[in-house]
Amino acid sequence: MIDEETAAVFREELRDLVDSLERGLLDLKAAPADMALVNQVFRDLHTVKGSGAMFGYAELAGFIHRFETAFDRVRAGEVPVTADLIRLALAARDEIPRLVEGQADTEGRRAAILDGLAALRPEGAEAAAGGADAVAADTDRAGADAVGPMALEFRLLGPALGLGARPEAVLAELRDIGAVDIVADLAEVPPLDQLDPDQCMIVWRALVPAGISEAQVEEAFIFVDAEWKLTRLPVADGGGFDFGLEPAEAAAPAQDAGEAAAVAAPVVAAQAGPQAGVQAAPMAAHSAATIRVSAERLDALMDAVGELVIVEARLTELARQSRDAALMTTAEQITRLAAGLRDATMTMRMVPMRSLVGRFRRLVTELSDRLAKPVTFAVLGEDTELDKTVIEKLADPLVHVLRNALDHGMETPAHRQDSGKPATGVIELSAEHAGAEVLIRVRDDGRGMDPAKIRAKAVAQGLVAHDAVLTEAQIFGLVFEPGFSTATEVTDLSGRGVGMDVVRRTIESLRGAIEIDSKLGQGTTVTLRLPLTLAIIEGLLVEVGGEKYTLPMAAVHEIVALPQDRAEPKRTGDFLDIRGRFVPFLRLRSLFGCAGAAPAEQNVVIVSAGEQRVGIVVDRIVGTNQTVIKQMSKLHAGVRAVSGATILGDGSVALILDVGHLIGLGRTMPVGPVAVAGTGFAEVAA
Amino acid sequence: MTLEEVQKDAQLTLVTMALGSQTLAIPASALREILDPLPVTRVPGAAAFVPHVVNVRGSVVPLANLKIALGITGEADDGRSRILVLEVALDGEPALVAVTADAVYEVATIETGLIERIPETASIWPPEYLVGLYKGPTGFVLLPDLAAIFSAQTAHAAAA
Repeated sequence: MIDEETAAVFREELRDLVDSLERGLLDLKAAPADMALVNQVFRDLHTVKGSGAMFGYAELAGFIHRFETAFDRVRAGEVPVTADLIRLALAARDEIPRLVEGQADTEGRRAAILDGLAALRPEGAEAAAGGADAVAADTDRAGADAVGPMALEFRLLGPALGLGARPEAVLAELRDIGAVDIVADLAEVPPLDQLDPDQCMIVWRALVPAGISEAQVEEAFIFVDAEWKLTRLPVADGGGFDFGLEPAEAAAPAQDAGEAAAVAAPVVAAQAGPQAGVQAAPMAAHSAATIRVSAERLDALMDAVGELVIVEARLTELARQSRDAALMTTAEQITRLAAGLRDATMTMRMVPMRSLVGRFRRLVTELSDRLAKPVTFAVLGEDTELDKTVIEKLADPLVHVLRNALDHGMETPAHRQDSGKPATGVIELSAEHAGAEVLIRVRDDGRGMDPAKIRAKAVAQGLVAHDAVLTEAQIFGLVFEPGFSTATEVTDLSGRGVGMDVVRRTIESLRGAIEIDSKLGQGTTVTLRLPLTLAIIEGLLVEVGGEKYTLPMAAVHEIVALPQDRAEPKRTGDFLDIRGRFVPFLRLRSLFGCAGAAPAEQNVVIVSAGEQRVGIVVDRIVGTNQTVIKQMSKLHAGVRAVSGATILGDGSVALILDVGHLIGLGRTMPVGPVAVAGTGFAEVAA
Repeated sequence: MTLEEVQKDAQLTLVTMALGSQTLAIPASALREILDPLPVTRVPGAAAFVPHVVNVRGSVVPLANLKIALGITGEADDGRSRILVLEVALDGEPALVAVTADAVYEVATIETGLIERIPETASIWPPEYLVGLYKGPTGFVLLPDLAAIFSAQTAHAAAA
């Protein structure tokens, strides 16, 4: 059996292939006549089968073989691409991971899928290849191939074993197509002291049953990365082989000149041979451009870079104190190198949205079928890149938002026509960069949300007072409150799993934010704002009452001096007039209950999130720094104003302020200090 | 950690420390390191039990005050105070936390049979946060239930 590392590589590759297969099938559903797509699907299937067999997943290879056989008939134009075919093919695709994990097919799903695929027929035509073994329908290559049983002999040439050829995998493939009486001929194997371990001196002979074409036999060799030679032998009457013969190559042409000429001249698999070429080209292009690195190694590298940035800050601090010119120059160089290394490492962790989109397309397609609400699903900005941690955590919230859009947002076709809309709805998923953030939007042109209804429901549930004055945005924000989702809205689709409050919590745990905009009757747009990275950010270090805090630089809009007439809080509320725009501000000193009196001159850092701006009054701006984000402990989960911590050059810890939370506070303007959480042990301490 | 669990083993190795006028003992297996006092960073709005964070070799670790949890009063600022870095289970997951000690005494191995349950009534200490106590050379030594103390705080933080 293969070792764990190889198996991991296989599973990784398989995931890509399965994704590509899924994408191909969904594309094909939209464009059933596109032969390039058919071929792509076929290639993916073939690679899955080949590598599955190579890595010893015989059951997988067998299943895919029959899947592929059915699809080959599509390729030959015998069977049209229908919704039914795509549905079966997608179901078959779902079986692939289960097969790899070795899950048993207790419900007989696989057999049903394969039977369904085999049963697909062009209308009226009873296919020639009747019976379960439709294998012979390898139409494009069938040509003049003999259909009678064939005796074959094959050997690997040159330093095949040194190149990694695995004859046992070839034998397994041959067995899969029905080869019997496989015999190894050891006659050419030299004594041990002359044996070259790179060369395979064993010659194999096998009997291939009727109905298998030469091309199918050659397919067994598709993954042999070395030269091989396949020779056709005459079939002995009694079956089996007569090993007393002289070398087979000599015998073959002599006895059966008509069809026995070497089936395949020696072929270098990677460069020549029609099937091998088709197969190898995408792989070669792929391997030249990228290399696979395990996620743990990337994480380890990121951790190391994080430590480096901290030590670098310490070094810069020490160099500055020493006033040694040479040391300062060196520290500066280290700073530059560390920044380069950091950027390179972060780039490595970036993954395009594309990797997520596949499953969304599948989800939307299936849901739209199930709910009988036809929609067009458009994806814009698939190439937008995000940190892989962000991408991983984004999948579930987005699934939920998309489900909501289809289940609740979209009307039935009849409804849509009544309101003068086209019967087919539109759901659009888009991703784009905006500064240090990525905006991901899910837009639908459904019925939209009714602020009056939401408000009524929230009042009924006691979430807001019945006389509360709320803006439209605040009302839409209510759907994210825990407990807002109601039983009347729960369907078998959207009621399950996470609610919108969990969606918001997930996004906030990624230091992101979520917004809803909706127009009644016209549709809803859900916007997720996410930071580009979670590991290291550019920070603005500020000081209040001798304590240092860091603000994410990406959120800092500008810094202004606090006007003297605003030094003391006013009854009318704390507002600044920034170029004709009123910006509320918070005094960090009173908010955090900092010690000491405010200095004569204070600064206001204006931070923004979207259109909202809030000023934060601090004593002093220390400067910008590379901020390696460390998570706060669960013991501090209740401290909402802080999103993390970082370690400064002098080894002390500075807290990273949660700009989103501060802006929320600024909008609602509580003037007093944040509610102190108490001891947590009041009954004891008292 | 209950008294029964502790008494599964015949012996237990403990680190004893001073907390106000009390002596506490913490299982040596939970102790990661003992540090000299570090610069601390206040966390605004945090509960009085975990008011600070500290930098422990590049990790940001919460610094807890066990006196709050156990209702112990009294300060002892005679330069002998230390920070103990402990690994405790927070909601079932191992996590690093630091606690301040007014002094660290010794590592001692005791017979677990000597540990007694805290009397339910008339106790000045909260029984739910203590595994038990035993008679040490200079008086009673308390065994705090670290998992219970810290888990109570995470529940509190999550609710805040």
